[in-house]
Amino acid sequence: MEYQNIFTRVQVDAPTYPGIPLGKDEIFRGGEPIHSYWAGKIGDAQIGPIYLGGAGVLSLLCGFIAIEIIGLNMWASVNWDPIEFIRQLPWLALEPPAPEYGLSFPPLQEGGWWLMAGFFLTASIMLWWWRTFQLANAMGMGNHLAWAFAAAIWLYLVLGFIRPILMGSWSEAVPFGIFPHLDWTAAFSIRYGNLFYNPFHMLSIAFLYGSALLFAMHAATILAVTRYGGDREIDQITDRGTASERAALFWRWTMGFNASMESIHRWAWWFAVLTVITGGIGILLTGTVVDNWYLWAVKHGVAPAYPALDAIPAQDPLLGADQ
Amino acid sequence: MNTGRYSVTGISLALIAVVFLASCERPPVDSVQRGYRGTGMELVINPRSLEESIEANMPPEPLPAVPAEGPRAGDIYQNVQVLGDMNVAEFTRLMVAITAWVSPEQGCNYCHADGNLADDSVYTKNVARAMIAMTQRINENWQSHVSTTGVTCFTCHRGKNVPEYIWSVDPGPERASGFVAQSEQNIASQAVGYASLPYDPFTVFLQQQAKDIRVISDTALPTGSTRTIMDTEKTYALMMHFSNALGVNCTFCHNSRNFQGWESGGATRVTSWHGIQMVREVNHSFIEPTGEYLPENRLGPLGDVPKVNCTTCHQGVYKPLYGAEMAQYYPWLSRVNEAVMSSYIKGEQVGKR
Repeated sequence: MEYQNIFTRVQVDAPTYPGIPLGKDEIFRGGEPIHSYWAGKIGDAQIGPIYLGGAGVLSLLCGFIAIEIIGLNMWASVNWDPIEFIRQLPWLALEPPAPEYGLSFPPLQEGGWWLMAGFFLTASIMLWWWRTFQLANAMGMGNHLAWAFAAAIWLYLVLGFIRPILMGSWSEAVPFGIFPHLDWTAAFSIRYGNLFYNPFHMLSIAFLYGSALLFAMHAATILAVTRYGGDREIDQITDRGTASERAALFWRWTMGFNASMESIHRWAWWFAVLTVITGGIGILLTGTVVDNWYLWAVKHGVAPAYPALDAIPAQDPLLGADQ
Repeated sequence: MNTGRYSVTGISLALIAVVFLASCERPPVDSVQRGYRGTGMELVINPRSLEESIEANMPPEPLPAVPAEGPRAGDIYQNVQVLGDMNVAEFTRLMVAITAWVSPEQGCNYCHADGNLADDSVYTKNVARAMIAMTQRINENWQSHVSTTGVTCFTCHRGKNVPEYIWSVDPGPERASGFVAQSEQNIASQAVGYASLPYDPFTVFLQQQAKDIRVISDTALPTGSTRTIMDTEKTYALMMHFSNALGVNCTFCHNSRNFQGWESGGATRVTSWHGIQMVREVNHSFIEPTGEYLPENRLGPLGDVPKVNCTTCHQGVYKPLYGAEMAQYYPWLSRVNEAVMSSYIKGEQVGKR
């Protein structure tokens, strides 16, 4: 009955294997491998070495600079008090420049720090992306990971770079900070008349929730047919065995349709990638071509109408008054 | 062995639950449907905290009525500027009531110089005079907000010399130089319900020179609105204050799917709108001028006069004192002497939105 356990049962552990020799690039591979029983509980017991490469080193450096700029600004905002820094950390932020600066480079303390942090964070993310691309090539893998990561970067760039440029102001971008970026999100939705009425936001949510659903369905299906060799998914794409047959029958009987051992992975990849692609489109359209999504939805028959709250509907007291 | 492991897991889970749920209110709570089904227009009421709140917001018994006849207070006493038209008996009754509402411990001498009631040398007397005029103005001219329920000194003071809930310009925490300058937000603040929103929406919105509260476009497509996300955060902060002050959530006034739409919200929103205008006038015409009299220890950290916001009267309740009609027992707090009042009103409100 071991296969029915919902936690990992097999310790994947073997003599230390660092990977192939790298010649002159050996300096980019570092860390003496260790073996951990607890890592073996959730994955491979061998930890390390890690291969950074030029892009990886630069990415970490840029990331460090960005975090440093953000962190020091946050710490300075509580007057270098270490206890307050920890206590207030979820509230602290590095804000983008004020609206009056438009797209110019403001003084450091008026938002220049934000631009610098944004530059280094973006550089760090781009370099990490390049590393993902390179590593996959080095392994002779496809670049599915890099393109999926690029989709997420698209949303990040729309929020912090592309849309602010289209709006003509850095102030439209997101602040760095835990609660502040959440408050920004709520304010962004309110300012533009409720993002829930943005059809691309709707799509993004559908793909996000759909991703979670697909993930659960797929993982459960494979675990459930492991006793018949269903864990050899890739084999079974072209050489369908009884595990595949049973899983397929299960879903076909359940809902009339089943994905295949190959297609389920394409479903998952596209759902994940479309979450951020449609999300990015939704953000990009907000404020640039649509100013109030609720009114837009009313205009296009998307938002249902409800009876007014009171017998005599409330009216704007300034209606008809000289505003 | 297994039992031991399960009980350890159980205890840890229970501890984690306690940590995460400690700040939550326990069920059951009552909810009141206020709008069309499925729109979430509901008020959530915790009957236990409601009970406590009702107890904490009870008005005092009115003083026994006195005959409304007799000579004018202004003829009997000297230097009665605002309440001169009252008859002496009612005047004395009101003075006794005010003492109980504002200075129950210090008594008459909190405002009046020992031995000479007409003397204006105690600063609190000058302030009290302005506050009585303010009360009359609110009851007479702001029925759009206070209806016929009205207000008395007790609505804000509740037996304290200075009302407990007041505000002055918030300079914010001290910041180290060189890094980001004052951003007026991103610090835990009770004023905005511990959000990271701008922590002083009062300076921005509740004074004579108020910023426009409305930030949402009234057209589907862009037609030149210049309201920014930062403007929105300021408005949001003010709304958090309203919510705190009245002990309600957004749906008390708004249908949150369409915050700007008046017809989908409640009449409560219209009442609130008049309240905002009222607070702006009160602060500008009555509160700020008392700076002339107030000693330094009564001023805010930046030297401005402490002012009123919604909490000053409401104190966490959607109607102050749960709508107790206290003002009717003191009718002179609702009568305005136009000549006196015109010396207080300091011009029209500038921003109205």
